[in-house]
Amino acid sequence: MQEHILSILIFFPALAAMFGFVVHKDSVRAYGITVAAIEFFLSLWLWNLYDPMTSGMQFMEMAPLVSAFGISYLVGVDGISLFIIILSTFFTLIGIASLTEKRRVKDLIITLLFLEMTMVGVFAALDAIVFYVFWELSLIPMLYIIGAWGGPLRIYASIKFFLYTFTGSLVMLVGMLFMAYFYYQATGQWSFSLLEWYRLILPVNIQMWLFGAFFLGFAIKVPMFPFHTWLPYAHGQAPTIGSVILAAILLKMGTYAFIRFSLPLFPDASVIFMFPIAILAIIMIVYAAMVAYAQEDIKQVVAYSSISHMGVIILGIFALNVEGITGSIFLMIAHGVVSGALFLLVGVIYDRRHTKLMSEFGGLASVMPRYATIFGIMMMASVGLPLTINFVGEFLSLLGFYKQSHSYTLVAGTAIIVGAIYMLSAYKKAFFGNVTKEENKNLKDVNRTELLGLVPLVIVAIWLGVYPKPLLEPINNSVEAIVQLMHDKAQTEEAKQRIPDLAHSAGLNSMQEAH
Amino acid sequence: MLAPISISLASLNIMTMAPMLIAIVGALAILCIDLVKEGLHKSFYVMVSLLFLLLDLGAIVDFGNIFLKSGTVLGMFDMMLIDGLAILSQIIIVAGSMLFIPLALTSKRFHEYNYPEYFALFLFMIAGFQFMVASDNLILIFVGLETASLALYTLIALHNRSKSFEAAVKYFTMGALAAGFFAFGSMIFYAITGSVEINQIALALAKDEYFNIGFVLVAVVFLLGAIGFKLSMVPFHTWTPDVYEGSSAALAGYMSIVPKIAGFVVAMRLFEFLVHSGVVWLQVVLYVAVVVTMTASNIWALVQNDVKRMLAYSSISHAGFVMAAILIGTTQANTALFLYWALFSFTNLGAFSMLWVSRQKNLIPGQSSDHPYEKFAGLVRTMPMAAIMIALFMLSLAGVPPFGLFWGKIYMIGAAVSAGYTMLALIMALNSAIAAYYYLKLIVFMFMKEPIAEYQKYYLMNASLSLKTIIGIAAIGTIFAVFAVNPLLKVITLFVYNSGY
Repeated sequence: MQEHILSILIFFPALAAMFGFVVHKDSVRAYGITVAAIEFFLSLWLWNLYDPMTSGMQFMEMAPLVSAFGISYLVGVDGISLFIIILSTFFTLIGIASLTEKRRVKDLIITLLFLEMTMVGVFAALDAIVFYVFWELSLIPMLYIIGAWGGPLRIYASIKFFLYTFTGSLVMLVGMLFMAYFYYQATGQWSFSLLEWYRLILPVNIQMWLFGAFFLGFAIKVPMFPFHTWLPYAHGQAPTIGSVILAAILLKMGTYAFIRFSLPLFPDASVIFMFPIAILAIIMIVYAAMVAYAQEDIKQVVAYSSISHMGVIILGIFALNVEGITGSIFLMIAHGVVSGALFLLVGVIYDRRHTKLMSEFGGLASVMPRYATIFGIMMMASVGLPLTINFVGEFLSLLGFYKQSHSYTLVAGTAIIVGAIYMLSAYKKAFFGNVTKEENKNLKDVNRTELLGLVPLVIVAIWLGVYPKPLLEPINNSVEAIVQLMHDKAQTEEAKQRIPDLAHSAGLNSMQEAH
Repeated sequence: MLAPISISLASLNIMTMAPMLIAIVGALAILCIDLVKEGLHKSFYVMVSLLFLLLDLGAIVDFGNIFLKSGTVLGMFDMMLIDGLAILSQIIIVAGSMLFIPLALTSKRFHEYNYPEYFALFLFMIAGFQFMVASDNLILIFVGLETASLALYTLIALHNRSKSFEAAVKYFTMGALAAGFFAFGSMIFYAITGSVEINQIALALAKDEYFNIGFVLVAVVFLLGAIGFKLSMVPFHTWTPDVYEGSSAALAGYMSIVPKIAGFVVAMRLFEFLVHSGVVWLQVVLYVAVVVTMTASNIWALVQNDVKRMLAYSSISHAGFVMAAILIGTTQANTALFLYWALFSFTNLGAFSMLWVSRQKNLIPGQSSDHPYEKFAGLVRTMPMAAIMIALFMLSLAGVPPFGLFWGKIYMIGAAVSAGYTMLALIMALNSAIAAYYYLKLIVFMFMKEPIAEYQKYYLMNASLSLKTIIGIAAIGTIFAVFAVNPLLKVITLFVYNSGY
């Protein structure tokens, strides 16, 4: 069973969703929680089996699908994908457990289980076409969740979300076909296997074109400035569960794909585009923070702050060294936990008041003390207070980029600090002061169902902030392998310099120690 | 006095005509049975037609084995040409027809199925298409084309509504013009090369090094017009939406699949040698035609209010997409054409069948056409399975993986990439994104809107066990296509490569 654990992880939720059609609608929530819990424990078991000292792929499975065109079912995990997979199963469980939606809950839970399959599939896939299949399939459940359970503009928002991502990924598909064709030219065999592609060394100008094609697909998903316009609509209209999954997992697909595809496949192009992308990332951080400050709707504040933090992740990735990439992967997890929790929290208040405008609230801290505490902790985590989960990731990402450029990092770092303003001011508006509205006086504090979802998130946010080592170590090992691969493949002088040579420096260290 | 011509029967290799003859014999048998006993139920005719088509398919598969052993078979004074293309396309034609004919077994009565002639004409039409693809003689192609078309016009008109008559007459008029084009183009080729056989024409043109290039181009224009009409390439597409709207949904689905594959094979035989001999003008014209057909019809489809008209434009767009294979002209591209069309048959058949099962006889007040989008609003509440089926076919048409058409799409785009047509590959990819919008529109109506009560009684009104079976087959073919792609690719590549394309 251990050899097939990844396939079980991928297809178990889908199979369970099929069976879910039979379950009666009054019991379907319990069914959903059961399935998601089993899936979560399976993913924990995967972590338990995972060998943190190995940097390469583990639990690989391979079965030919279209061998005439080099497509095969190829999956595996390493330190980079392991924790994002666990995050996906974790959030599906939390999302279903704290679900307050009453309308057509059966359809919703079945959809969520299908979505879980696609999320695990994306992060486990090592064949470009299999990756693409899950990547595209993940759009459909999300389209349905936003479009059927969302706000007044839900149809517009859901179609915008779908078409944006679909267009970007089609360009990426052409890029993938090109890669396969180059592989065919080089070896006489068709192959879409990423591990085979890693061995290809492409001419720099071709790298640049292909980097562009892949970039479009990933950047829309992240979403990077200026392709971010679909996200505020999607978040604004999506139901709580939709926003939670979107922010916590789906956006990570883009950043994960940068690390999995763009960096190791196109090291020279990555170095060439490093500063342009860093500028975009900094614009993202600053601009999204400014827009967040101007929002009246508390959910939009969280949405824009989420875009802003994705900028830090991008910055960390394009530091192209071990610290930066490790930090950005850790920040992906952290961002997932924190922004997912914030969207859940916004959902709590929306369920009670059916409004998300900050002006409608005020003084909530005295009416809902537990709620205010949890919100406060999560907000501090979001701002990046030391000893919370976000701090570790942001610090490492910035440290990584500091090695490439001091001035850029300074701007980005300042922007993050300034970013704290909008969160604090939003918190002040909603929670402190006097209770101004009559309706707010009798609001109920968070109930058991909601605590069930929120408390684990608080624990994770603090635990990993204090002691991140269990995650950092396996991530670090796998990142080192990727950085070394990039260095070995790099052709231009600049790339050789920018991307550190770990084997060599390790050799130097041991020599120094010998002296 | 002329010496008597003596030909041994063996040299005719009359067996090459066996598949078509089976279809023709079937048609005649149906007519004879009708003479003996009238008023038989339509299910009898459907099953008899199916049996003959099964025999037909068996004969073709038999030729497939012969082809793999000993190569191309010629017969009837070299008029018949049974090569890989002929075999593959005949399989698609006959198998597509076999999936189509049970759609006649609706639960409601329809006028046309009470006539045995309907089924006889249907079989004649199939024989016509088979002749069309199994020859490289322009005259025989012409005869096949006209046999099939005349039968098809009649089938459309038999639907017995004023719109159907209009559609049939429109199709007939335009078709007659296209036939004229075809004859004229062939005539010019005969005038400059002295032959009506495509391989002879190619040889003769190569021999005098395209001395008469001006005439060649004129001939190509006429033939492009004629075949473009059959394939509904823009700007020869204007008949398509009206004819699809006027004919029954089942027949419209059929028209979007079977006649076109016949057209593609003729186009492949005719144009590929010209593209390969570096007739730049043809390359440019084909390039433009492919891009315009894909893009323009996609944009028209965006603004349609009727699902059937939307599907009509979408099938034009798919035809444009596939036509790219003829421009690219590599073995991989030609393989992609057949793969794409085989997968497309399943998906499109399913999509049109879903319209067919909710066919209503009379429009309700305020309804503009047979299948407006509103008709499907909120379908997921009332009939979740039906909604999921339609959504499945729409997603497949949009090229969302892992459903059927996605595999055709990546292989086709992959062929474009391998042949160096980067821009074309990008245009093809982006067109899929445009197309996603109108397919999504139907999904949005089904899954995200409230049901409209008046329409509810029409859903699945027309369904019967055999229709559901066909839809089930189409759905299985669409979902599990990923497992069929590899064997299909291997077989198709073998046949296409061994035919020299």
